[in-house]
Amino acid sequence: MTAKPRLAVFKFASCDGCQLQLLDVGDRLLELAGRVEIDHFLEASSRVVPGPYDVGLVEGSITTRDDVDRIQEVRRQCRTLVTIGACATAGGIQALRNWGRIDEFLAGVYARPEFIETLATSTAIADHVPVDFELRGCPIDRGQLLDLLTAVLLGRRPHVPGHSVCVECKAHGTVCVAVARGIPCLGPVTQAGCGALCPAHDRACYGCFGPDESANLVSLTGFYEQRGTPREALVRLVRSFNGYAPAFRAESDRLEAGPT
Amino acid sequence: MTELRRFDVKSLARVEGEGSLRIRVLDGAIEIAEFSIYEPPRFFERLLRGRGIDEVPDIVARICGICPVAYQVTACRAIEAALGISVTPDIRRLRRLLYCGEWIQSHALHVHLLHLPDFLGAESGFALAATHPDLVNRGLRLKSLGSRIMEVVGGRAVHPVNVAIGGFHRPPSAAAIRSLVPELEWGLAAAVELVAEVSRLEFPGVARECECVSLRPEAGYPIDEGRIVSSGGLDIDAADYTAHFSERQVPWSTALHSVRLPGETPYLVGPRARVNLCHDRLPPAARAAAGSCGIEFPLVRSAESIVARALEITVACEEALGVARAAVADVPVCRVEAPLREGAACHATEAPRGLLWQRYEIGAGGLVTAAAIVPPTSQNQAMIEADLRAMLPGVLDRDDAAATLACERLIRDYDPCISCATHFLRLTIDRGR
Repeated sequence: MTAKPRLAVFKFASCDGCQLQLLDVGDRLLELAGRVEIDHFLEASSRVVPGPYDVGLVEGSITTRDDVDRIQEVRRQCRTLVTIGACATAGGIQALRNWGRIDEFLAGVYARPEFIETLATSTAIADHVPVDFELRGCPIDRGQLLDLLTAVLLGRRPHVPGHSVCVECKAHGTVCVAVARGIPCLGPVTQAGCGALCPAHDRACYGCFGPDESANLVSLTGFYEQRGTPREALVRLVRSFNGYAPAFRAESDRLEAGPT
Repeated sequence: MTELRRFDVKSLARVEGEGSLRIRVLDGAIEIAEFSIYEPPRFFERLLRGRGIDEVPDIVARICGICPVAYQVTACRAIEAALGISVTPDIRRLRRLLYCGEWIQSHALHVHLLHLPDFLGAESGFALAATHPDLVNRGLRLKSLGSRIMEVVGGRAVHPVNVAIGGFHRPPSAAAIRSLVPELEWGLAAAVELVAEVSRLEFPGVARECECVSLRPEAGYPIDEGRIVSSGGLDIDAADYTAHFSERQVPWSTALHSVRLPGETPYLVGPRARVNLCHDRLPPAARAAAGSCGIEFPLVRSAESIVARALEITVACEEALGVARAAVADVPVCRVEAPLREGAACHATEAPRGLLWQRYEIGAGGLVTAAAIVPPTSQNQAMIEADLRAMLPGVLDRDDAAATLACERLIRDYDPCISCATHFLRLTIDRGR
């Protein structure tokens, strides 16, 4: 009998929502716990077994000097390293600081900023170490997480689509909020995976899953601008939970700097 | 010769987020008991500035993956007050249903997977599953029930997409809400059974009187509104919060500590504070469960919070069941139109972990010009340290591993959510050897 694969979960700057998706898979959780050794998952267990681990799930972004060093050690300890969620793959909502001044952010929240140890930026894990697979979403999707873990255990490719949210809307027969109601929607440039939840709730997609593989942002924002959405509103739309993902970052910077 | 002992818990397990504890004992006297949150700061209050008010419910959800609804509903209520609007009774009922879902999933997770392992001598819920499979499976089923409610009303359990200023983006389906009835009937029965089981546990620790603080509404159990009351006689409007409570920064933590003014004393928020102050407001099934188990209020030991959480799962299932049974037709208008105007207001609700207070200033163009957020964990932090100081003399004769475990258990009693402490534990016990 071969030994069970060893799973570890690590957290950096985040809301814990993506780790929680692992605890929210219902009875599948105990099935999973029976198939892998959960050797490092501080949020759920006091059992900590030193690495190396077969699979490491990393949640959160890099925002402190300690974290810069810790992610190197995590990488060394994990044979396969998977980032889970918008913080780990793109820096998260806390990456909004990357466009501001850190001293001003610190002073905005803390009376004694000198007690706080933080970097000026919030950055993705892949900016620091090689990542084997990125699971998108704010939060990640439970189904995609289970598929990914199964894929890693079986040594097959995960079934994670690279197409846009639009494809999911069409598959569900959801009326297009951008076309029918003129609401600026990020669905055409956002990777599928959520099940096109927002349009199904009569609202525009706000890009939880980040840019899809063929996102044409310039074309999309130009279309919305022509139809009367102010540039500042478009900057805010693109610059949110995945705002520091390269394609979204480039577009909000272009919109901000570009001709009026 | 002086004797110095130092204990360190570098990474606390089974708490949400990252924290540590440092304790220094000099000649048997506790010198330092510092509970610190080293969760890196994410600057939510600052990054909300300049964002549209419509974006606020989605952004504040990201403060915490386990209680996003608390942040969303509090923000909506504060912003609605600033805009001079209030939602319809139907919308309020649906928001409370959503909030009940969050209480059920958050409490079920903490009771079964994070807290019960301490009472039953297991290192995790996974380990507990091997010895007590029925118990763990019930916990997971309750958690799934809470998440399902959040999906039906909010579209998603983690970071719901359907919450809007003025109500909901899309009216939740009455048929989908009614379909929750059978599972809620099971959930209510399971919660009553859970109350009986946890009320028979052995509760370690010191019985301590402390000032409990919670909301108290005109009617019903405190969830989404009410005056801020305390066991010390406080009775104020949420607007007067900052006159009676203050946040101070301590060098060892990125979470701010809240204290009661004027004495700068610690206070307790959360499930135990709520049942202690509002047990007269328990709905019938929860009240009957408390009565038949002989539960006496106030609950004076931190470990008894597990009883409070079980009672509150009962409260939430009972209320949700009532709403689900009454959901005969969709609420046609589920969003109150909000005027574009400047203004400022605050609101407080009861997050699963306790009182959550927020205030917003809205400027020109519907943009946020200032935001203030006081989460439950930063309010309980001073209380946790005070409890540790009270407990430590009784455990110092134990070896470091046993003393550390006692400290960790005490901290887990509070279900601290470190991610929430926006602005939490590493255990260091310094015995100086």
